[in-house]
Amino acid sequence: MAEITIIEAVNLAMARALENNPDVLVFGEDVGVNGGVFRATEGLQKRYGADRVLDTPLAETLIAGMAIGMASQGLRPVAEIQFMGFIYPTIEQMICHATRLRNRTRGRITCPMVLRAPYGGGIHAPEHHSESTEAIFAHMPGLRVVIPSSPLRAYGLLLAAIQDPDPVVFLEPKRIYRMMKQEVPDDGEALPLDVCFQLRDGSDVTLVTWGAMTHETLQAAEQLEAEGISCDVIDVATIKPLDMETILNSVAKTGRCVIVHEAARTCGVGAEIAAQLAEHGLLSLFAPVLRVTGYDTIMPMFKLENDYMPSTERIITAVKKTLEEA
Amino acid sequence: MTNEEKKCIAQFEIHHTQLLNQAGELVGPLPEFATSVDILLALYRTMVQTRTFDTKAIALQRTGKMGTYSSSLGQEAVATGIGSAMRFEDVLLPTYREYGAQFQRKVAMSEILRYWGGDERGMAYAEQPHDMPITVPIATHVPQCAGIAYAMKLRKEARVAICVLGDGATSKGDFYEGINVAGAWQLPMVVVVTNNHWAISVPREVQTHAQTLAQKAIAAGIPGEQVDGNDVIAMRHVISNAIEKARGGGGPTLVEAMTYRMHDHTTADDASRYREQAIVDEHKLLDPIDRLRKYLIANHGWDDAKEQMLLEACAAEVEEAVNSYLATPPAPPETMFDHLYETLPDALQSQRDEVEQLGKLKKGGDHNG
Repeated sequence: MAEITIIEAVNLAMARALENNPDVLVFGEDVGVNGGVFRATEGLQKRYGADRVLDTPLAETLIAGMAIGMASQGLRPVAEIQFMGFIYPTIEQMICHATRLRNRTRGRITCPMVLRAPYGGGIHAPEHHSESTEAIFAHMPGLRVVIPSSPLRAYGLLLAAIQDPDPVVFLEPKRIYRMMKQEVPDDGEALPLDVCFQLRDGSDVTLVTWGAMTHETLQAAEQLEAEGISCDVIDVATIKPLDMETILNSVAKTGRCVIVHEAARTCGVGAEIAAQLAEHGLLSLFAPVLRVTGYDTIMPMFKLENDYMPSTERIITAVKKTLEEA
Repeated sequence: MTNEEKKCIAQFEIHHTQLLNQAGELVGPLPEFATSVDILLALYRTMVQTRTFDTKAIALQRTGKMGTYSSSLGQEAVATGIGSAMRFEDVLLPTYREYGAQFQRKVAMSEILRYWGGDERGMAYAEQPHDMPITVPIATHVPQCAGIAYAMKLRKEARVAICVLGDGATSKGDFYEGINVAGAWQLPMVVVVTNNHWAISVPREVQTHAQTLAQKAIAAGIPGEQVDGNDVIAMRHVISNAIEKARGGGGPTLVEAMTYRMHDHTTADDASRYREQAIVDEHKLLDPIDRLRKYLIANHGWDDAKEQMLLEACAAEVEEAVNSYLATPPAPPETMFDHLYETLPDALQSQRDEVEQLGKLKKGGDHNG
């Protein structure tokens, strides 16, 4: 079996969903003939037809609104927003309608849609192409926000998102789209949503992260291991709703926690995790919970993006700081 | 270069339909459906029923028995015409003054009251499986209408999606995005702009410099036309033609229905702050119910006795709905979690338990107090 990248796994999952379920549709800007600007939908229109894999007009509100309309009729729309920086026109549709349709109608009409978007910095992209604003969506009741961090999880979690009976925002860490390869069996098996994935077992510190930051976090854990510091690494994967049980169990074991995310710090998902640790895990903690995050600034253009995003060094420094406490 | 020297490459016209004038006289060719007394009486009945409902709903709000309510007073012919032109299997995406259409589509009066009474169960529509509930955020349902119409087209169903919005809504991008894709993909949908002249306090002429709202269709490459929205025969005729054209694969239509908002924007508004009563009085002469009544009296033997019987029947129906609404206890508080997701995520279980517990304590307190 050939090894594939995250972007290829995203493509494979959509192809599998299109193949297995005639109700699945894939659409967005440039997803048809062009196969998507990152090639996530490469070849899908040719294989599944232009009525199921469609180019839309350049209108993000429309893309989200149409997905809601289609989903209300029992279709399984998978809509692509080209970059997270262009996802903001969809917010009204998502918060006023996608997340509320089931609730408003007491289950009479539902909204099983997926809104996919590549997110995050680090690819030297133009302005507005490097956003990590997942917390905006994580704040919306009724939504799931899912972020894969490996080819296997991209495949299994995207299939799960498409099969889910409720709306899912699926954010793809574009910096690591082609960073690693794994063997991904195209077996149509979904991975579970709403649960964290344990990426590394350790006993001294819990590192909690998601998306592209799993890369730096795992690197930090490896370097720390060489210094005799053992890290539990947790990929949150579904940042809404949160699987705090896994995180709390880990912190009960380690007594220390560092949260790593690329998004701005204030009101980031890390703040929610830290708050819940304070509420439910304070007595297991030996040291304050630390956050290594993007700063509370505008995401800088690419000359400074590496100064903004958490580095392996910043993670290592934070881990050591938590170990300085008794 | 003057315009005369430039080559004209495109020309457009907007047509207006009126079949009954304000005196109730026929001024155009009678559509076939309007030769049926039963259909005319059904249209008349729905308009009267809607007005009876409306009057009662306002009274419920004024006496503290219901929340804010948006009246359809004076606009009854628009929704009545739309509802009667649709098939049950079509999908309606209403805004918040289309009661006349919703009643014809098996939405119960008690459900509408429950909605404005602050209860989500008022959108569960026990007898209406697929229509969207009332849409409050302006024009957001036009893109959704396109998605629904696309689903119908993909599945080769002979169904049409009908979206209703106001004049102010045509200023929003969502409106244009929706009608644009409807044209690009030739979707089976009809967009009805109810031009009641007011977006709360902002009059139509401040909203846009466009001569008509129907002409906004031209930019989207779809047909646009205007109809006298206080003439229920014209309304049903124009909407029916648009729907059947869409059903037959002929693509979308935008219809601007000319009417007037006779009441405040909602019961929370006071229109006397921004409009003269004299203008409202002028529009009263164009009343849709008076107009059809005059026609029925002149042509179909309608009389005071029949009118009285109808009014009494409508009042009884509304009374029954009001009683059902008032007799409905609030849902248990923990049910606010029960339709958030198909299955409540574990992360939310403790919050639901808390609300359930507090609800029980409160209930106990109520009993004791």
